[in-house]
Amino acid sequence: MTTTAPGPGRSPTRERSAPPRRRQLTLRRRESRAGLALVAPTLLVTIAVIGIPIVWTVVLAFQRVRLATLRKTGLFGEFTMDNIDRVLHTPGFAETLWVTLIYSIGGTVGSIVLGLVAALVVRRPFRGRTLVRASMLLPYVAPVVAVTFVWQVMLDPQLGIVNAWGQRLLGWDAPVPFLTQESTALATVIAFEAWRYFPFAFLFLLARLQAVPGELEEAARVDGATPTQRFRHILLPQLLPVIALLGVLRFIMTFNKFDDVYLLTGGAAGTEVVSVRVYEFLTARTDIGAAAAQAVVLAVVLIVFVLIYLRFFGRRVS
Amino acid sequence: MDRDVVETVSLRWLRRLVIAVFLVITVFPFYYMLVLSVRPIERLLLDPGALVVGFGELTVATYAEVLKATDDGGQGFLTFIRNSGMVAVAATVLTLLVAIPGAYAVARLRFFGRRQVDFLFLAVYLFPSIVIAIPLFVVFTRAGLRGSLFGLVLVYISQTLPVSVYMLKNYFETIPVSLEESAAIDGAGRLGIIRRVSLPLAMPSIMAVALYDFMIAWNEFLFALLFLVDKPNRWTVSLGLSLLADGVEVPKTVLMAGSVVLTLPIVILFFASERLLTEGLTSGAEKG
Repeated sequence: MTTTAPGPGRSPTRERSAPPRRRQLTLRRRESRAGLALVAPTLLVTIAVIGIPIVWTVVLAFQRVRLATLRKTGLFGEFTMDNIDRVLHTPGFAETLWVTLIYSIGGTVGSIVLGLVAALVVRRPFRGRTLVRASMLLPYVAPVVAVTFVWQVMLDPQLGIVNAWGQRLLGWDAPVPFLTQESTALATVIAFEAWRYFPFAFLFLLARLQAVPGELEEAARVDGATPTQRFRHILLPQLLPVIALLGVLRFIMTFNKFDDVYLLTGGAAGTEVVSVRVYEFLTARTDIGAAAAQAVVLAVVLIVFVLIYLRFFGRRVS
Repeated sequence: MDRDVVETVSLRWLRRLVIAVFLVITVFPFYYMLVLSVRPIERLLLDPGALVVGFGELTVATYAEVLKATDDGGQGFLTFIRNSGMVAVAATVLTLLVAIPGAYAVARLRFFGRRQVDFLFLAVYLFPSIVIAIPLFVVFTRAGLRGSLFGLVLVYISQTLPVSVYMLKNYFETIPVSLEESAAIDGAGRLGIIRRVSLPLAMPSIMAVALYDFMIAWNEFLFALLFLVDKPNRWTVSLGLSLLADGVEVPKTVLMAGSVVLTLPIVILFFASERLLTEGLTSGAEKG
């Protein structure tokens, strides 16, 4: 790293004697070398811990690998389509994909809507605003294991506070097992997702809202626009690019999500998303080939969705 | 009545109401966690709807059980805290060492393939971690790194590096080039410029990224579960807590005490550095 960068002792005065065109070229070349030298460690580490694993997953997806035979299989054993075939034809595959899709769209829309409302209400200064803003970020920064536990306990049919109050105040006939019955589990998981990730949308939208020039709204107010009109015609158009970007980011992140669903329901009661299924293949069935194939299918489906999205909203996102 | 007046007045009240609702839904779960962790389980079963702890029933036995070593009949969370702390600090330091020069190069220096490298970091950031998990699982099993904290640090770098490069790059781009140029005219070389001009200016952002990386590593669950599950003395707090719930009849109040132990360091860190983090996370977001 140190060899390519110019020594600190070299002064620009010495280069003044060279013709201007050549000097520019060498400066440029030196910059390029320094750039490559500085980025090399980052690039190498990224390739080692992320790039190679991704390629390897694809290779594994076409091999017959199980945990028991792992020590004997080489990197380039015989290739087979069995895994992909098995993944596509195992019962529940289509349902898992469908559940993942509903979960991702629900979680994305929920978190953005909540984040937008939150950003709008704390936009202007008021007493205690800093504290309110900080509290709103709590769900996002807190450890996932802890927050899923609290939700589980709160929603517990026997000792959860939600059911205790629901029965006492709202007159529910019987406790609702939110996370274990088919009719409510998926909706509850989506609600959790919206709750945990709205701060992410909130941060981005608040930053954008504060960058909207005050004169814009002032002018609209003078022209007689009411608050809702100002939101609809001044603020919303300014926010749309950020919302479109958040849409694609949150969708991708939710689509890949493992921890939240695994910890809340373990994938039971109709909430099995693709990544939980990959985990099941990997550990419970110790079928590495199938897990890899399932992961590849996940990545491909994701890429397709993102491409479709970019086709419709691409101009806004970029 | 005038529509403007009606809207302004009703929105003012609506706004207060909405702020209150948000405060309740974000803070209440954490308050509830704390309350449950200091109530005896029998009291909880009798009155699950209670929101305050009576003076008579306050107990810290739950914390004692969680923190005591397994030999003394506890759950050994002190060991887990040490493991989590070590892993998170090591991952943060290593990530920064690698990410800072890389982010600077992508932000500032024109070199061959710069755009591609920039895109690569973003793409990698959005890639499913479960896809990366499988081959790492295979490699670690073969290399005997499964169950080692060092291996886990390596994996965590794969989680923190792309987002760190991305955030730092955005910040380096906001530092005026003229500052660096004037340092160059004063005779500073590239490394001198980075050390004396860019790094001091980027310090708040670097701190924010460091905190963010620490939080990612401290909170992480999937990789700890995949790689450490057979080695109870190496468990991190997240893993230890989640496996505690699977175990034989551990009272919910003890679980909540464990949750508090897991959450508290993060919440303290967060409130101590809230401004830094909020701004660091969204620097560059205004560009939309």
